[in-house]
Amino acid sequence: MTSVLPFDAEAFRARFPILGQPVRDGKPLVYLDSAATTQKPVEVLDNQRDYYTTMNANVHRGIHRLAELATEHYENARVKVARFIGAPDPRSIVFTRGTTEAINLVAQSWGRAHLTPGDTVVLTAMEHHSNIVPWQLVAATTGAKLAYIPFTPEGELDLAAFERLMQGPVKLVALTHMSNVLGTINPVESIIAAAHRAGAVVLVDGAQSVPFMPIDVAAMDCDFLAFSGHKMMAPTGIGVLYAKPALLEAMPPFLGGGEMISKVTLESSTWAEIPHKFEAGTPNIAGTIGLGAAIDVYEAMDRDGARRHEEALTAYAIERLMEVDGLILRGRAARRGGAVSFSIAGVHPHDIAHFVDQDGIAVRAGHMCAQPLIRQLGETALTRASLYFYNTRADIDALVASLLRVKRFFDRAP
Amino acid sequence: MHLDEIYQEIILDHYKHPRHFGKIPDGQAMVDEENPTCGDHIKLNAAVADGTLLDVVVECAGCAICTASSSMMAEKVIGRPVAEVRDLIARFNGMMRGGAELSDDELGDLTALKGVRKYPLRIKCCTMAWHGLDAALNQLKA
Repeated sequence: MTSVLPFDAEAFRARFPILGQPVRDGKPLVYLDSAATTQKPVEVLDNQRDYYTTMNANVHRGIHRLAELATEHYENARVKVARFIGAPDPRSIVFTRGTTEAINLVAQSWGRAHLTPGDTVVLTAMEHHSNIVPWQLVAATTGAKLAYIPFTPEGELDLAAFERLMQGPVKLVALTHMSNVLGTINPVESIIAAAHRAGAVVLVDGAQSVPFMPIDVAAMDCDFLAFSGHKMMAPTGIGVLYAKPALLEAMPPFLGGGEMISKVTLESSTWAEIPHKFEAGTPNIAGTIGLGAAIDVYEAMDRDGARRHEEALTAYAIERLMEVDGLILRGRAARRGGAVSFSIAGVHPHDIAHFVDQDGIAVRAGHMCAQPLIRQLGETALTRASLYFYNTRADIDALVASLLRVKRFFDRAP
Repeated sequence: MHLDEIYQEIILDHYKHPRHFGKIPDGQAMVDEENPTCGDHIKLNAAVADGTLLDVVVECAGCAICTASSSMMAEKVIGRPVAEVRDLIARFNGMMRGGAELSDDELGDLTALKGVRKYPLRIKCCTMAWHGLDAALNQLKA
């Protein structure tokens, strides 16, 4: 490892041109919606321009110079991703459109091949819709049942309930590593170990965790890990499915088409080697190479320092939000990331988001694609401020000042 | 902040004191709709006799815009001929989508919602109750 400079949030922030752009009548942008998507640094923006100005071509076909360059960079991104998450074998990295497609791939390919009536798929009650709906679809076609690990009022998984669920015929456990609403970091290592003891495989939704904390799939021992590039500084439309190679080898293809075949006749076809078997059609080449560029940014920075910065900022945000009368924080897990959701008595999240937007502040309002979770909290919608390494105390101060104005506005009784 | 454009006093008034609102038990609403992008939730019942809209009851778990729009709509349409109400629904929704503007005289309190047109992401909040009433009237016709 080469030595890197200690993390400096202001210097890091300066690499994101959009964060210097005024919004709403010249107000400085305060971007607190990074759990939805992060902004992109100059390194990734330049990389995208470079790709299209110097090497744009289709990959794995054609023998001309540009095809060679594009293929080399595309496959090099796969090696970078594997190294980034501690996967020993780059063949275990399948490029997808995002977390959602990665989970659908597992549900449709592994799920249809392995699930039979009477089998159980264990999920949690804090999942994003992208880790619920694909399993509902495959349960409907295979006759498998879904069961959910509940969560406590603090927003932590009920591990005793999980142990009880594992007494049944569980084939697969699929859970989020970090909740996009509650911020909770789930103890995936112990859950994976328990699931393996019971003979089940485990899929981890890393959409929120991979951008935030170092991940080592070999140590974690998950069977599948899904995540998205756009939540970690890369372009939209590129995501990753990591899977243990033996599982991928045995899985039938998900989508059919070009790129994923070995030989095609009018009667039948044989499949390419993994991971190409799962990458039908022309992939998102620019996006994949952009993901490689984003990983370069991660590897060149002080990641421990960045994470400590975000953790300290999350604690500061929670402390300051408590100054808003009537604010209820949703999610008080001991181990958590930078997604901070809340409600304010008497003000609907939509109105909160609209008001703070007038001050140039971007937050999320709604069900955050986790309706069962929101329903369990007894709400129809929440407001979420979510952080990334480029946020600073000034962003939090601006949010709290704006929320205090919102509260005053709605409190005056007409 | 240009809040006055959208969060006018009259909207806050209808938000805090919605008219013609009532609790509608599950399964007893003619229309039960959720806006999947934001979670606004409306239940609505309507009663018609002899071509006149006699009553509208709304239960709304929504933002200020959604709630105020529901409340103002109910005030505006109750007691009017169904044909007129349907015409108003079409023209109001058309206006919110960028079509012909209705006069302030005709709109009354609803004039306050014109500012919402500047915010494309909020237009749905504004038209949800109107689509709900339209669906209820369709059921009554059937």
